[in-house]
Amino acid sequence: MSVAERVGAVRIVPTRGIPYPTGDPSLPPAEERAWRRDLLLRALKAVSTHVTGPTRF
Amino acid sequence: MSRVVHYLNQFFAGFGGENAASTPPGVKPGAIGPGKKLQELFGTDHEIVATVYCGDDLAAASPEAVATILDLVAQQRPDIVLAGPASTSGRYGVACARVAAGAARAGIAAVASMHPDNPGLDDAGAAVVIASGASVRDMGTSLERLARAARKRLAGESLTEADGRIGRIPRRNVLVDRNAAGRAVDLLLARLRGEDAPAEVPIPRFDHVTPAPPVADAGKATIALVTESGLVPVGNPGRLESARATRWLRYSIEGKATAAAGEYASVHGGYSTVWANQDPNRLLPLDVARELEREGAIGVLHGEYLVTTGNGTTVPNARRFGVEWAAELRRAGISAAILTAT
Repeated sequence: MSVAERVGAVRIVPTRGIPYPTGDPSLPPAEERAWRRDLLLRALKAVSTHVTGPTRF
Repeated sequence: MSRVVHYLNQFFAGFGGENAASTPPGVKPGAIGPGKKLQELFGTDHEIVATVYCGDDLAAASPEAVATILDLVAQQRPDIVLAGPASTSGRYGVACARVAAGAARAGIAAVASMHPDNPGLDDAGAAVVIASGASVRDMGTSLERLARAARKRLAGESLTEADGRIGRIPRRNVLVDRNAAGRAVDLLLARLRGEDAPAEVPIPRFDHVTPAPPVADAGKATIALVTESGLVPVGNPGRLESARATRWLRYSIEGKATAAAGEYASVHGGYSTVWANQDPNRLLPLDVARELEREGAIGVLHGEYLVTTGNGTTVPNARRFGVEWAAELRRAGISAAILTAT
């Protein structure tokens, strides 16, 4: 169980590393940006979705 | 007869619910709402001369509103200020705590009333807070306890746990027979026997968070970026702490297409900030958020981001930031926030 779930965050988008929640320095710049875009689109889907408890998107 | 001023939020003062949460501070003569029951309990000994009120969104998010409330209170020349009961209502609790703390600083006796889980509790500092029940259903007993505490306070007595006092109670040294190891084993054995033995040091409890309803259409919504990553303009003009943050800050992103390297840096002391400083969009995804705003996937991106440092932050402070952010964002008409967490 992730920390986010344990403390009761309700809409969660898992990412790849603590120091760069909306990035991934191992990727070439264009791919990293595409990854960030994907994360944000998932976040937008999350805020548009009805949930009853901690849910991963 | 002592002069009592009572503080209430917009709901209990009769202005309405969430639709009236931005009601500006004001004052009405005499007791209103739950104050009437308080007056009944005081009988002819003490008189509620005025009720000061304010909407929860404003009181929890605006220091100016609290200053105005305190002015209105002082104008009544009260012997004591009573705030609440706020039960578990977060913004109302923050307001009651700040009113009590401000009055105490100004030399006016004050007692706030809220549930021990209320996120406002920490804001009261050393001001007196008396435990209330969790909900409005407990209003009767909560008011009785508040009235008893007020009577004692007006009589010049100090209030303790026995009076239902919660929050920061000055610590006292006491001599005990058994050392800490012995007491810890005693406590463990008592718990194993199923007894409800209290811990000597209260353990913070995490909240159960009620999910907000979804936004109907993100393409028409105003969306905010918020973060606990410690990302601030280079030079850290607001002096955000790198650990154990006691405050949060806001910075304008109006007209900015990206969180540029050299313009922002993280002051967070709990992880390596090398990657974030190379490209701050890794903490605050401004470049992509702008792109999505242009494409219509985000209606409007809010003109500022809110930031604190989530590193060894106390649970009461974190709770308070959450309450203040929610009030602030609601006041600004935001439908949803994306919080990047490190």
